This record gives sequence, structure tokens and C-alpha cells, in this order.
Amino acid sequence: MDALIEYSPSLLAGAWVTLKVALVSVLLALVTGLIGAACKLSGFLPLRLWTMLYTTVMRGVPDLVMMLLVFYGGQVLLNLVIDHFGWDFIEIDPFVAGVLTIGLIFGAYFTETFRGAFLAVSAGQLEAGRAYGMSTWQVFRRILFPQMLRFALPGIGNNWLVLLKSTAIVSMIGLSDMTRIADQAGRSTHQPFTFYLAVCVLYLAMTALSSYGLGVLMRRYSAGVRETQV
Amino acid sequence: MELFDLSVITGSLPQFWRGLWMTLQLTGFALLFGFFAAIPLAVLRLSPNRLVAAPVAAYTYFFRGTPMLVQLLLVYYGASQWEWMRAAWEAGHPVWTLFREPYFCALFAFGLNTCAYTVEILAGSMRNTPHGELEAAKAMGMTRLKALQRIVIPSALRRMIPAYSNEVILMLQGSAIASAVTLVDLTGAARDVYSRHFAPFEAFVFVGLIYLALTFVLVGLFKLAEHRWLAHLAPRKAEAGRQS
Repeated sequence: MDALIEYSPSLLAGAWVTLKVALVSVLLALVTGLIGAACKLSGFLPLRLWTMLYTTVMRGVPDLVMMLLVFYGGQVLLNLVIDHFGWDFIEIDPFVAGVLTIGLIFGAYFTETFRGAFLAVSAGQLEAGRAYGMSTWQVFRRILFPQMLRFALPGIGNNWLVLLKSTAIVSMIGLSDMTRIADQAGRSTHQPFTFYLAVCVLYLAMTALSSYGLGVLMRRYSAGVRETQV
Repeated sequence: MELFDLSVITGSLPQFWRGLWMTLQLTGFALLFGFFAAIPLAVLRLSPNRLVAAPVAAYTYFFRGTPMLVQLLLVYYGASQWEWMRAAWEAGHPVWTLFREPYFCALFAFGLNTCAYTVEILAGSMRNTPHGELEAAKAMGMTRLKALQRIVIPSALRRMIPAYSNEVILMLQGSAIASAVTLVDLTGAARDVYSRHFAPFEAFVFVGLIYLALTFVLVGLFKLAEHRWLAHLAPRKAEAGRQS
């Protein structure tokens, strides 16, 4: 217990790293997902095929393999560029590699979420908007997007919870997230169980907090929806 | 330096082959354990007695709320923290010495992890049993256990196939973390090949494609399973010239 108190500042610093990785990744994933959904719903066949390839590959390859490819392969590519321009050696940052990988993988999951949600908004609503004389952008901003978000929210929440847990693998490319801090602290104090359990508790706290926040958002975005009572 | 040198892959094929075998074993055995342990646990999870249901709910909450990597490290590295565990290792205790083996620890952690998800999937599926089916079972004079065995569990197992196929695929991909505890699975083989030849693209793209192929095989198998066991839930096909 004393060891846990002694190491709690660095463990909390690690928790902050984990949270930062998760938050930046989810932002990247949300943007990628929106673009991906737009591509999948577009009338341009090559764009649709390309997005299909992207979502299939990203969801069919383990996140760790993808991360190692981005981290080690990215370094090789970076070296080539550096050699070509005669720059000084730049080392690829594990934070950037981790966020890029997780963001792009979950971008694929968000693509499917958003695609389904866009399709769930009834066409009559959009027609009504146009009948009121709204421009395409106004219809998108006032009608399509807010309602799409309502349908997408459960999926976004699920993906966020999975994403949060998959951040643990960034410890395997050397980023000092809480899993890696726990590993180091466990080795030096000979109490690995205590520290890994502490990491579990921190993850549980993050997921519990997220679930609460998502519940609040759900209530906000489903204002006016009457639930069916059986 | 070439960016993609096929001879790196062909020269390391035996290593990849052993890695593939390890990945399949870990995934297969963990899923097998998880599936069969989930059936009784799902029944307990739905028990009206809260003293019975709560421990199972706590178990699934813990394992679904924390990363599998941390669970694996907790089991493998955490075990050595306990005095009695180390004493048991010294004494050569047949059960506790297993916790020194990375292979056993990976199976233990993966099995418990997939079991937790499967319990929730199956319990959700059991909750959706049509009420009339249970009433009919009661009317036939079946006991609660008989109704579970003959009605609730078989139909819940069928209905859980789509959700369970997701879990199987996630387990296959999740097993990639086995190399964190020195096991040489597919990803571990790729890491070895990378560090020996400094060839990240060959190593990781190749195993990535193998994982992708395995995922396709699983998706195909589950399509067949759905066709076989969920045919009665498929949308009805229009029959030409016969309307009722």
C-alpha cells in the first residue's frame, strides 16, 4: 500500500497520458468516420470501393499489428524522407504513432456508425426542410446532422468505451501510459499485482464516468422522443 | 534498402507457421472455455436471487471494463507478488506452478475475458426469449431446469450467433497481445522477423494479411452457421403465384 501511495503521482501522470491518447484518438476517429461515411454514401463508385477497402482492412487486422506497422514502418519511411532531403535524424513519436493508429482504426468503426445513422434519418424530414426553402447546407446543419447524431450516439458511446481500453497497447511501443508506469513501478517495488490492479481500477473509473456522461448526452439528444412503453 | 523484400517472408515461413499455430491454439482454447463456462454463468446472471446474480455481474463488469492486456499482465507478472504463490512454486505444486507458464497465463486471462463477454451476450439473448414459449413450457409441466435446458438455452444460443461472431473475431485479434508475455504467436513471430531483418513492412503487412484472411474465414463460417440455425428468422422469400 505504501508503494502505491509513493508511486501514485507517476501513476496519475500515466493516467493523464492514457486519457490524452484516448481523447485525441477519438477526435481523429470522429472526423475520419464522418468523412468515411460521406464517402460510403457518395455516388462516386471508386470512392465507395476505396472506403470499403479501408473499413475492411482496419477492422480485420489487430490493433497491435497495425500500431507496430505504423511505429516501425513509419520510422523507415521517415528515414527515407530525411535521407532524401538531408535533414537531421527525427525519431517517430510513440504518441503520434499511437494516436494515428487508434484514430484510423476507430475511424473505420465510426464510418459504419455514421453511415447507419445518416440513413436512419427519414427522407421526408429532408424534403420538408427543402420545402421550407432551406439551402442544402441549412438542411444538413439544422435537420440531418442533429438527428443523425441522435441515432449515432449509442454507437459512438460503445466505440468510445472500446477505444479507451485499446489505448493500453500504446505501452508496447514505449509510451509512458499508466500500463507502462504500472509495469515499471511493479518491477522496482516487487508488487506488480498491486499496480496492475490499480490500473484496472483507474480504467473502471474512466469507463464508469464515460457511461454517466453518455447517459446525460443521450437524454439531451433524445429530447422529444417518446419511448415505447410495453 | 528495398522497402518490400519477399525473400524475408519466404525465409521465415516456418516461424510464421509456428506463430499461426500458437495464435489458433490460444484463440481456440480460450473461446472453447469461455463458451462452455458462459452457459451456466449466464443462467446465474439472470437469477432472481441477487446474491447469486451479483457476483457474476461483478465479474463481467470487471473483465469488460478493463483492457485484456492489463488482465494478462496482472495474471502473468502479478502472480509472483504473493508469498504463498512463490512458496507453492518452490514446492512444485501441480496447479499453482501453472501460473509461471506464459502459455497457461494467456489462456487463463483470454478465457476469463471472452467468457465475461459471452455471459453478457448469452444473458441478453436469454432475456429476449418470447414469453409465450416459457408459458408453453410451464403448461407442458416442465420444471424451471427442464425449460432452461430444452427451451431457453437452445433458442438463446441460436439468437446469439450474430453477436457472438463479433466476439470471436475480437478474440482472434485480441490474442495479438500474447507477445507481451514472451509467447511467440503470429504477432510475436512478426516482431522477431522485424528485429532480425529490420523489415517492418514485410513482417507486419504479411501477418496483417494472415489475420485478415482468418477474419474472412470466420465471417464465412458464421454466415453458414446463421444460415443453418437462424433460417427461421430470415425474411420470408416471396413465392411467385402463391399468396395466402
